[in-house]
Amino acid sequence: MKWEVVIGLETHTQLSTASKIFSGASTAFAAAPNSQASAVDIALPGVLPVLNKGAVERAIRFGLAVDGTINKRSVFARKNYFYPDLPKGYQISQYEIPVVRGGSIAIVSPTRGAIKVALTRAHLEEDAGKSLHEDFRGMTGIDLNRAGTPLLEIVSEPDLRSSEEAVVYAKTLHALVRWIGICDGNMQEGSFRCDANVSVRPGGEAKLGTRCEIKNLNSFRFMHQAIEFEVRRQIELIEDGGKMVQETRLYDPDRNETRSMRSKEDAQDYRYFPDPDLPPLVIDGAWIERIRAEMPELPEPMAHRFVADYSVPMPDAVQLTWSRETARYFESAMQAPVGAHLNGKTAANWILGEISARLNRDGIEIEQAPVRPNEFAQLLARVQDNTISGSIAKEVLDAMWAGENGGDADAVIAAKGLQQISDAGAIERIVDDVLAANPAIVAEYQAGKERAFNSLVGKAMATTKGKANPAQVSAILKRKLAG
Amino acid sequence: MITSSVAELSRALNARRLSSVELTGALLDRIDAANRRLNAFLTVDREGALAQARTADARIAAGTSSALTGIPLAHKDVIMTEGLRTTCGSRMLENFVAPYSAYVAERLAHAGMVLVGKTNMDEFAMGSSNENSYFGPVRNPWNTTCVAGGSSGGSAAAVAARLVPAATGTDTGGSIRQPAALSGISGLKPTYGVCSRYGLVAFASSLDTPGALGQTAEDCALLLNAMAGHDVRDSTSLDRPKEDYTRLLSANAGAKPLAGVRIGLPREYFGAGTESDIANAIEAAIAGFRSLGATTVELSLPNVEYSLPVYYVISPAEASSNLARFDGVRYGHRAAKYDDLMDMYKKTRAEGFGAEVKRRILVGTYVLSHGYYDAYYLKAQQVRRLIADDFQRAYRSCDVIVGPTSPTTAFCLGDNTDDPVKMYLNDIFTIASNLTGTPAISIPCGFDGKGLPIGLQIQGNAFAEAQVLNVAHRYQQMTDWHRRIPAEFAP
Repeated sequence: MKWEVVIGLETHTQLSTASKIFSGASTAFAAAPNSQASAVDIALPGVLPVLNKGAVERAIRFGLAVDGTINKRSVFARKNYFYPDLPKGYQISQYEIPVVRGGSIAIVSPTRGAIKVALTRAHLEEDAGKSLHEDFRGMTGIDLNRAGTPLLEIVSEPDLRSSEEAVVYAKTLHALVRWIGICDGNMQEGSFRCDANVSVRPGGEAKLGTRCEIKNLNSFRFMHQAIEFEVRRQIELIEDGGKMVQETRLYDPDRNETRSMRSKEDAQDYRYFPDPDLPPLVIDGAWIERIRAEMPELPEPMAHRFVADYSVPMPDAVQLTWSRETARYFESAMQAPVGAHLNGKTAANWILGEISARLNRDGIEIEQAPVRPNEFAQLLARVQDNTISGSIAKEVLDAMWAGENGGDADAVIAAKGLQQISDAGAIERIVDDVLAANPAIVAEYQAGKERAFNSLVGKAMATTKGKANPAQVSAILKRKLAG
Repeated sequence: MITSSVAELSRALNARRLSSVELTGALLDRIDAANRRLNAFLTVDREGALAQARTADARIAAGTSSALTGIPLAHKDVIMTEGLRTTCGSRMLENFVAPYSAYVAERLAHAGMVLVGKTNMDEFAMGSSNENSYFGPVRNPWNTTCVAGGSSGGSAAAVAARLVPAATGTDTGGSIRQPAALSGISGLKPTYGVCSRYGLVAFASSLDTPGALGQTAEDCALLLNAMAGHDVRDSTSLDRPKEDYTRLLSANAGAKPLAGVRIGLPREYFGAGTESDIANAIEAAIAGFRSLGATTVELSLPNVEYSLPVYYVISPAEASSNLARFDGVRYGHRAAKYDDLMDMYKKTRAEGFGAEVKRRILVGTYVLSHGYYDAYYLKAQQVRRLIADDFQRAYRSCDVIVGPTSPTTAFCLGDNTDDPVKMYLNDIFTIASNLTGTPAISIPCGFDGKGLPIGLQIQGNAFAEAQVLNVAHRYQQMTDWHRRIPAEFAP
């Protein structure tokens, strides 16, 4: 039997406000336990929530970015349950009327190409605190620093068809929330957390299978592994004649398996009702328009523009627009005043290859790259005008990266004498010397061994320490051997 | 002198005929003498009060005093007072000392009032007799075998026995007005949102309203002037221009001060179920209003009969959620011994809450449960809207609505404790103002055959406090019910 996998994701993105969603306490990470818990956060009797407009603004920004409907009136509700790290005994969330409904996210699926993943909704809510079960002399420690941190829960439709696709969706969403500046995206610190709803059904079946919700997917790798495991488990269970039960499962990365947390029967009744402490959230059109006017160009249209304006191939354009900083680096380089019309495809290759490799090696972000976009553009211009070859350019880039000669491409080339040799007479002499010194290889070539030709080119290039124009070397060598 | 009203004491203090230290000291002595009989105070802060009184006297001497400077005050023990225990009448918060003060407490302190202590109340403000206090019932100064009403019973008894000239209360379904009526004083519940709820231990958030208890409507107005105001810490607090709630009281309006005022008389407030002494006293009061120039309009509030059931769905629902924070984890009572987390929750809450609080948590949890929400909570909210519509229609033909505050006068301790529904019926006339968020006052209008006070309720539309107070004040200028002092506590 051919099985179809069906996945929907619920993503908790921590909004990047300085203070909490209903109190003035700081949201900074890694402070001493309970040092950032105000009277509101620890739910002292008599305190009341006051909504942080910054959180709403970020939700609106998200709604605009995914082309969803921003509800003019949404309602905060109480989700009631008891847990020691939930100070009020309820979480303030949005239930029947969320701040954003609908919208979609464009992704490039590894199997299906460009698709749109529909969103059900996105709603504002507060985070709970943390229970620390270890090392408290047999007791549980409670840290309420995180309690009241603003979250936007983004719920997708069950539109994803494989673990790989789910990961691409999650990565695209991760890039988007960072792009529009609503979330720092730090997964180690829990700023971006996903739960996956996974089910399988026979291929061609329209009805959805019984799903399981997998919690605790705090990395893309774990998400991939957990879904893979869960899909195998479900298929084996059904093929063995078993029956799926709807349940919540927890992924254990140490054992690479999912374990049942609770079944639907044990599911709590959260007794949602509108929070009487908070009037409905009213968002007027003027507020939305103000935010729309401040929205940055979004990654998807920007990628299309890179294809159109700079002839970058689509896959590269998608990569360049993964982060706003990378896209900005690329576009700044393309617009740098270097007196040449740079080739966009080459620039993209260099950024995604050489620049990116050096960033990874040094563990820095592109905005910290020692070679600025205009300097990088200068280097590319020198490749394009044949001052240096591509491989010499890598050497020049290293020198610029290290800050030699003020990081200036021309200065590095001049100081190191790396200008390409393009003088036909000079190259001809070098070729003659190589032919004279390597009669055996010449003989091999003439006996029909094509590889011998490359060997001769290599010898000529080595003689000039790579500075000879390789195209010219090839052409002259070919002519001499034929002659 | 020390048993005078706030307005009179204010004049005496500002004329330097009396100092706040003298007044406060004398009242503290009265509290010491009377509290064992009444159980009106849970906490008395003699040292703090005298220190505040000295500060107040200095302010008066310096000429920077307000109308309330130096006047002693008690807060209902649901109102957070920084550094001074706030119990909410519950074992759960028996030793809870708040690290901050409620907005209304801040405002009254800022005006220079002298906080002498915290008053007894039904646990978490749930009750109509003050018998639900963990610290024992409050007794009625007019007859100490009777209840003082609830839930602000301590505040009402303290003012009635002239232990303080004024006190704060909170009113969720009549908790200021009903004890004011049963104790023979004036009690004002303002429009919802006029006074911030910040620092009130929440019972039912959409209904809870802080207000004032005093001898007279004028005193309530003076307190409201200080208590009202926008507070950014309460999202339901209203941002309105400042108002002088005494503005209509001082005008010389001649022999017919209520000329032009239309008094609505809903037929639903004048049926069976109200004691005849009360019905007669209300009729007499209405005649009095006519003699002051008011006209009366008979009208109907067809949905008002559903107030009680609506209230007993919405208020427990909100309470069940509001009281979830009392879980033994961070503050308040925690059971001494328990096996695990669930056991800790169960024992803590079983021990910390009294029977009525548990009853309402159960009811509230039930009406919010999956499958019942639509039938109970949602339906109740819809009917609440219908009731509000009734009142809006009524206020097109009248300015205020008048009737009894409570269907009975003070009952004996223990009389109603076996029958919660009978107890709930005490609030039948007061609840609608909470459901509609509109202001109302209860003022004394006579005594029944047993010598127990009778309360008259005057309701108004949203923000009509000044008119409600004016009608009450004009009545009090013509009568002396509010001047009577229970014999046992006469100075």
